[in-house]
Amino acid sequence: MQLDELYRRVIMDHYKNPRNRGTLDEDSVTVNLNNPTCGDRIELQLQVENGVVKLAKYTGEGCSISMSSASMMTDAVRGKTLDEALGLAEKFSAMMQGQPVEFEEYEDLEALSGVSKFPARIKCATLAWNALRKGIEAGRQS
Amino acid sequence: MNPQDLRKAFPILNQQVNGHPLVYLDNAASSQKPRSVIDAIVRYYEHDNANVHRGVHTLASRATDAYEGARAKVARFLNAASEREIVFTRGTTSALNIVARSYARAVLREGDEIVLTPMEHHANLIPWQQAAKATGAVLRYIPMQPDGTIRLADVEATLTDRTKIVSVTHVSNVLGVVNPVKEIAALAHKCGAVMVVDGAQSAPHMKVDVRDIDCDFFAFSGHKMCGPTGIGALYGKLELLEKMEPVEYGGEMIEHVDYYDATWKESPWRFEGGTPIIAGAVGLAAAIDFLTDIGMEAIERHSTELARYAYDRLSAIEGITLYGPRERAGLVTFNLEGVHPHDVATVLDTEGVAIRAGHHCCQPLMRKLDVTATARASFYLYNTEEDVERLVAALIKAKEFFGHAIG
Repeated sequence: MQLDELYRRVIMDHYKNPRNRGTLDEDSVTVNLNNPTCGDRIELQLQVENGVVKLAKYTGEGCSISMSSASMMTDAVRGKTLDEALGLAEKFSAMMQGQPVEFEEYEDLEALSGVSKFPARIKCATLAWNALRKGIEAGRQS
Repeated sequence: MNPQDLRKAFPILNQQVNGHPLVYLDNAASSQKPRSVIDAIVRYYEHDNANVHRGVHTLASRATDAYEGARAKVARFLNAASEREIVFTRGTTSALNIVARSYARAVLREGDEIVLTPMEHHANLIPWQQAAKATGAVLRYIPMQPDGTIRLADVEATLTDRTKIVSVTHVSNVLGVVNPVKEIAALAHKCGAVMVVDGAQSAPHMKVDVRDIDCDFFAFSGHKMCGPTGIGALYGKLELLEKMEPVEYGGEMIEHVDYYDATWKESPWRFEGGTPIIAGAVGLAAAIDFLTDIGMEAIERHSTELARYAYDRLSAIEGITLYGPRERAGLVTFNLEGVHPHDVATVLDTEGVAIRAGHHCCQPLMRKLDVTATARASFYLYNTEEDVERLVAALIKAKEFFGHAIG
């Protein structure tokens, strides 16, 4: 196991300079999720209009993997329909299972592929994406 | 005792992890098992295995003797007055749940108080929350000093004549604090409360004498003290156990059954419904033999000295925050500035050093310490100062790696 395989430069950049960190106004879809085994926590907010994610923001606390994943995810889903966003979440899950996956429109996400070799850290990377799935569900109902 | 020699008794320690000799520093979560414990379990399954208490054949007698012999061994290990005061359980959690479900719910009335400390493991917190909800009792907390210690004056000030149960961890799995349980028990008894001790982190590391502490209940787990997982015990004073209702019903625990009602065996068997954890008890007995051969006093001295050594070595690293007092049981809990404990633990793992990162089943305490998670290195009889040096070297590497990556 090589540390550089896990902690790629792109990941550390998102950790150090998080994109979309913050909150949206109250009428956005809000999801709180924590990882009970480790204490990582995310609050994800989605501004959904006509079935499209206009904006996604998050706050939370966690390791470099969980927070960089949240940073990338909120960037990647912006402007996507709920179905497209769900498709990204599925793709991300496949990558965590070690399948070769390409994110043509948002290549940063591929930097997280190394996490699949560190089974204990997969739940860190998927926290934000699980929040997204819940948010999509809630967005569909609203 | 010589940790280098003892190490050889643990087959699992003789391996490389990620290209480095394994340094196992997650003993507060679960300890490793010596060859003698592994062999005892194998021997039991190869020679003596049968169900206990109900067969007339030879293997059934051997299995029963092994199981009840293990109970007697646990009783001696804790200096209980009788083996009838030892209930085998899955571990500390299920032992504490028996007290909270059976004793507590029978005794507690609305407005009664259960007194805990802010450093309790979820296993010694949630069962009491639920007992309080079910009975209308209230939870009260003994204040904690900034270094994590408890002052007896604060215990005295917290207890009232409504206090019915005081439940305190003997050794904190986060702070390493050793609580004055004997003195707290005396104060609890003065106001008519029972004293429950969570011994998950003390039984593996020090001589425990339940009669000297004069606690009413004491719970511990086998797997943290060289025994197998899935076995632990609840010590309870016999006069209390005898009055308590079972929490699990079924075979093994009954005296007389008809179609509409049943009566229970006496304690401790009434608390052991179903086929018990026989091989686990055999393994636990072998673990107790292993530990007592070394001597609990020697083990305590070793773990404590190693923890103090680690505390001082880690204190010298810039950017490390340590939690809890310097005088402590065998573990150190810390954070490296700017690096999440998960990331620390991953870097250490690539260096072959196994530590724990997370909230250590103490979420309220984490919030009190104003952290979301911490890293913890916990020691046992096979750890050495060289292991601490490997920890230090790996931490410096983590610091450099993230300093560079984040910088």
